[in-house]
Amino acid sequence: MSGMSPIVKTVTRWVSPFILAFGIYVALTGHLTPGGGFPGGVIIAGCFILLMLAHGKEKVYGIFNLKSASVTDSLASLSFLCMGLLGYVFGGGFLNNFIQSGFPGKVFGLLSGGNMPIINIAIGFKVGGSLFVVFAYLALFRAIEED
Amino acid sequence: MLTYLLAFILFAIGLYSVINKRNLIKIIMGIIIMEHAVNAFLILIGYRVSGEAPILEKGMTVTEFVNSAMDPLPQALVITSIVIGLGVVALMVALAVRLYQHYGTFDITEIRKLRG
Amino acid sequence: MVLIQIFLVFTIIAALIAVEAPSALSSIISLGAVGFGLSISFLWLGAPDIAITQVVVEIITLVILIRATIGKGVTEIRGNESKPLLIGSLILFGLGSAFFANYLSAFPDFGKSAVDVFTETPSQFYLEFGLEKAGGPNVVNDILLDFRAYDTLGEATVLFAAILGAITLLNKKVFFGKGGEK
Repeated sequence: MSGMSPIVKTVTRWVSPFILAFGIYVALTGHLTPGGGFPGGVIIAGCFILLMLAHGKEKVYGIFNLKSASVTDSLASLSFLCMGLLGYVFGGGFLNNFIQSGFPGKVFGLLSGGNMPIINIAIGFKVGGSLFVVFAYLALFRAIEED
Repeated sequence: MLTYLLAFILFAIGLYSVINKRNLIKIIMGIIIMEHAVNAFLILIGYRVSGEAPILEKGMTVTEFVNSAMDPLPQALVITSIVIGLGVVALMVALAVRLYQHYGTFDITEIRKLRG
Repeated sequence: MVLIQIFLVFTIIAALIAVEAPSALSSIISLGAVGFGLSISFLWLGAPDIAITQVVVEIITLVILIRATIGKGVTEIRGNESKPLLIGSLILFGLGSAFFANYLSAFPDFGKSAVDVFTETPSQFYLEFGLEKAGGPNVVNDILLDFRAYDTLGEATVLFAAILGAITLLNKKVFFGKGGEK
């Protein structure tokens, strides 16, 4: 897949760190403001899709390989499951909010809410990694001739 | 009552496109429109006339929050449904691209006639 | 409240254009207008979480559809399937709207949700004890990750399975194993 003209390449190189930071912000403060894990993950995937469309696949594979995207996806799912199993260990049931019962933080603070910020970040990386891998496969398959 | 009927008309447009069109891309678009209509219907059920979004702010007490907030339960279910819809669209487009590579066309009457 | 109906009518008109337009690119762009109109009406319906999710997911859907299916080999296919199917679908639509209008009287009016009509709903419990028991002011995220976290686990599994299916279909090594096509 070839990239686009130099104007598009320059602008996306400057804008994409802000998009990535916005995606991580929406996922991280999902328990305080609207948002959460799922929109944050889709925005993170959107940043890498933008880079791949503008620069071509070789440059993006230098930063974020397909193999490392798959590994990120699987590791994030496993950490979600581990947080659930830790709820068994500390009493309560599966997926119990054990941090909130043990150490409640300041109300309206960033670390309040128990294990909700941790699960939000895990879901964000999971959704972002999956959608990036699926887009890479779809765009590189190209059964239809390019214009 | 009229607003629920508008969501049903959107669903009916999607269903018409799935049944009646010959292009595979139009069938995929019909399924997408049906999903959008069902999500909109679920949120329309939880609407309250003079209500606020279900997010607690700093100065509110709990009783006035309960009396003036929208229903949060359909909203939680719809967020899940929207993201699952995206995964299903990716799967459908992968199927369509494979079919085009094998048969050379997106027309389903042609695909039905040829035998692999 | 009239604004919600106006944006829903805009969405219906965009959906009609998306279904009937002959060129593939214009129908896909109209699909983007459908998602955008729905997102604005979600804002007026008091659901900011869902408006953010709908806009972003609509953008990714558009990019996937355009990138994978538009090219110079794709011709436009006009026309419907067949006449009897069209008449059958119109009869189905009539029957369906008759059933729907019959059962619509059991719903509460538009504008009064279940929290007003019934006294002991789960939503009242979540709104009242969300901040105490779960610790976050965003009640929707509380429900997704603390009160009903099992559904979120199921959703992550479904997304994983769908993406796995899509990747397996597009993997050249699996399908073109030895000796090229077929």
